[in-house]
Amino acid sequence: MVVLGAVLTQMLHVALMLAAAPLAVGLIRWLKARMTGRRGASPLQPFRDLAKLCAKRPLLAENASVVSEVAPYLALAATVVAASLVPGFARGMAFAPAADLVLVAGLLAMARMALALNGMDAGTAFGGMGAAREMSFAVFAEPALLVSALSFAILAGSTNLDQIGAVLRDGALGLRVSLGFAAVAMGAVALAENARVPVDNPATHLELTMVHEAMLLEASGRHLALWEYQAALKLTLWLALIAAVFLPFGAAPAGSGPLAWLVGLVAWGAKMGGLCLALAVFEGAIAKMRVFRVPEFLGAALLLALLAAALLFVSTGFA
Amino acid sequence: MLTALALGLALLGLLAVVALVPAGRRAGLVVLAGSALLSAGFALLAAGALAFGLPEGVLVLPFGPAWGAMSLALDGLSAWFLLLLGLVGLSASLFALGGPGRGLVAWPLFLGGMGLALLAADGFTLLLGFELMSLASWALVALDHREAGNREAARLYLVFAALAGTCLVPAFGLLGALDFAAIRAAPPEGWRAVAVLALGLIGAGAKAGLVPLHLWLPLAHPAAPSPASALMSGVMTKVALYVLARLLLDLCGPVQPGWWGVPLLAAGAASALLGALRANLEEDAKVALACSTIENVGLVTMALGLALLFRGADLGPMAALAAGAALLHAMAHGLFKALLFLVAGAVQHAAGSRRLDRLGGLIHAMPRTALAALVGIGAAAALPPLSGFASEWLLLQALLGGWRLGEIGLQVVAAAALALAAMAVALAAAAMLRLFGLAFLGRPRSPRGAGAREANRFELAGMAVPAVLTLLIGLFPGLALALAAPGIRVLVGPAAMPPVVGLAIGAGEGHSAYAPLVVLLLLGLVLVTLWLVVRRRSPALAERGPAWNGGFIDPPPEFVFGDPLSQPSAAGMAQPLRRMLGGSLLAGREAVTMPPPGDTRPARLEAGFEDRAALALPTPAARLRDAIADQVERLRGLTLRGSLSLGFATLVGLLALLAWLEAR
Repeated sequence: MVVLGAVLTQMLHVALMLAAAPLAVGLIRWLKARMTGRRGASPLQPFRDLAKLCAKRPLLAENASVVSEVAPYLALAATVVAASLVPGFARGMAFAPAADLVLVAGLLAMARMALALNGMDAGTAFGGMGAAREMSFAVFAEPALLVSALSFAILAGSTNLDQIGAVLRDGALGLRVSLGFAAVAMGAVALAENARVPVDNPATHLELTMVHEAMLLEASGRHLALWEYQAALKLTLWLALIAAVFLPFGAAPAGSGPLAWLVGLVAWGAKMGGLCLALAVFEGAIAKMRVFRVPEFLGAALLLALLAAALLFVSTGFA
Repeated sequence: MLTALALGLALLGLLAVVALVPAGRRAGLVVLAGSALLSAGFALLAAGALAFGLPEGVLVLPFGPAWGAMSLALDGLSAWFLLLLGLVGLSASLFALGGPGRGLVAWPLFLGGMGLALLAADGFTLLLGFELMSLASWALVALDHREAGNREAARLYLVFAALAGTCLVPAFGLLGALDFAAIRAAPPEGWRAVAVLALGLIGAGAKAGLVPLHLWLPLAHPAAPSPASALMSGVMTKVALYVLARLLLDLCGPVQPGWWGVPLLAAGAASALLGALRANLEEDAKVALACSTIENVGLVTMALGLALLFRGADLGPMAALAAGAALLHAMAHGLFKALLFLVAGAVQHAAGSRRLDRLGGLIHAMPRTALAALVGIGAAAALPPLSGFASEWLLLQALLGGWRLGEIGLQVVAAAALALAAMAVALAAAAMLRLFGLAFLGRPRSPRGAGAREANRFELAGMAVPAVLTLLIGLFPGLALALAAPGIRVLVGPAAMPPVVGLAIGAGEGHSAYAPLVVLLLLGLVLVTLWLVVRRRSPALAERGPAWNGGFIDPPPEFVFGDPLSQPSAAGMAQPLRRMLGGSLLAGREAVTMPPPGDTRPARLEAGFEDRAALALPTPAARLRDAIADQVERLRGLTLRGSLSLGFATLVGLLALLAWLEAR
């Protein structure tokens, strides 16, 4: 029964993540448009865009190699696997034992590598520039993410996301300053990883300011659909990750029944919606920063994460 | 089994003699094929010993120095590194069979020296093998001595090899005995132990390329022919790390305090960061790979330092985790770096250059080499499910457990090391992307590169061996660690259990685990599903057209390779990191010279960097050398009486020393 529940929740979770991805992007766009006084396209617009793109045959550059044809599938597959590992509305899903934060980071790094290779494949100036910048941002984002993970490892004794969520929820840890710092650090990393304002502008049409989009300039048709969907899924994954770690309330405990799942689903939807709103408000209120300011932004995140860990060292030392 | 291994070493020596016979092409075939066979034999014997039980006892050779015979032994640690030597020796020898076959005398001596250092059961034999390895590899570095750069590299290499020797000889001398078993019974204490730590770290660190003694490595490793570079980066640096581990973790024993790990952790973190950053800035493929070797050596040293720290704090499982990370990463890096150096060699043969600005688009001409390169860079960039990710996962888990050390100072050190290690891993990913992207993707950047052909059979076989092993270790890290278990026990104590959960690896009881097979299965499932779903909706094949390139207009038809300036260059790809990190860490600089309006000269952008160690270290060293030389020069001016009395005084002094030593 427990196994069946675990498998069922896992399948439901994957389906939810896959369905929520375009919706989250559409919702954020719509919210931003409303806040800037425009009507905005329907939140369902990304579904229509994806369906249209997916039916089109791609046009590859003359000297593009097999990399351009394989990379979008590989990147999306890695992101799907990572998304299936992140806890959602329920705990103790089938993949929970494998849901390691370092593994999720590794899978996302794989997707990033595929994206950057795709950017360099046609041998165009913007693709290479975008690839170099994307990898450079990761150099600052990765330490911030792992040092934030250190805080969880101290509190939960593990980097398993399912365990972290369970401990942070049931461990009666209360509000901790260190967790607040870690949350800010993770938020900054999420912004950088998802190419959002202030690190990158997802809506830009000017090649010189692009990072993420610059690597996709040569992608078209179904390849572009895969890339767009990958980006949306990655955003959803990060929102779910932040929700699972810092807002673990309401998630159905491991081995619970359908009623608890329903509560968990409602709570998860509310959390994801709230995070989308927060992201839209943040993006509406802030301007994009220069590329070479990004290390300062992410460096601050790293320092906050280190401060969170240091605070925990002190507090666990006295406990 | 020890006899068989000793026989193998002797045969390698015989091959070196065979190479002296001028027999042209056939000598090369015999020497290289023999080296490949003997390497395979070493690998088989080492793997067999690790799997089915190590040979007991010590093989005492019937010869040796005046004060005792030389002896050989095989324990878990030496067998693990011997396995690496055998595997990389096999692939590099296979690869070399496809080339012109040069440096034939030095090649088996290099292999044999490393084997001797690994099999040694006493200090003298170890140092003999170590120095043989240094000397033979120097000959390989100096092989292309017609180029001035290579001569300089060989000279610097010799200086650092001498430094390593001068530090390691007293380090082993201070241990109080030569026989390893005797040293273990009475490990050094007090100031002697600290001196062994300092001398061992400098001596082995200089050979392994730890910052700030890494200066020679990015010069010497690329100067050698590619198979030799593969051996040097893949195995020789690991032999130095083996000596470090043998000296500090095994021989000095568990009586030493835990803080011994801190200098290792610090040197490792500095190497990891600086090496990975330099790998992003270098414009020569082999130099970039050599810099990435500095990074990986740093990561292994970090893991060894962590093992010392955890062992000192009596955290057995964590110490085993860190030691497992060190051994697995040493093996993983040895294989994937050898693979990448062999790829660089194949590219150099095929495209005539290893400068990234003269390559490009090779994936079309060399698809198999490109596939092997992809495996290599994936492992170097720590992508699941390849070997690099498994070992770096263990290292990161060990670092994430650093807070268990209890003492706040050590906790902060471990947290800082975690941040630096994570940064180094991400930097390595950026460097590997740049390397592969510039060499294999895009358009050719030179006519010679456009005429490249696929590597030959031997070269492909040489690359296939480490590529397959990289995949296998990545998929079955649990099995690899089970083989490494005797080595882990040598490092952290006889009760240690390797961090293994079945075929997967785990960070200990109740902690996270990483099961690469599950990840691969999931990835495969999702890939197939995606492919089917997308194909159903859009079955048509992709069309081809000119690159969009942001609307950049097509180049004129006489530009066969397109507009050469519209492709990213090596310096251009390095620009973000040079500006973000290079300024402070590597004295990076960028200067734009803009001619005044009306002047027709072009504007110039000049960018570059300088390793601070290159500025800071050799100048005082050269000054010291000159001062010593001046003093020694004065001896030449001595009168006959002066010379005689100097000789007499030396004799008396030595006799007095002998008398004092006898009296103790």
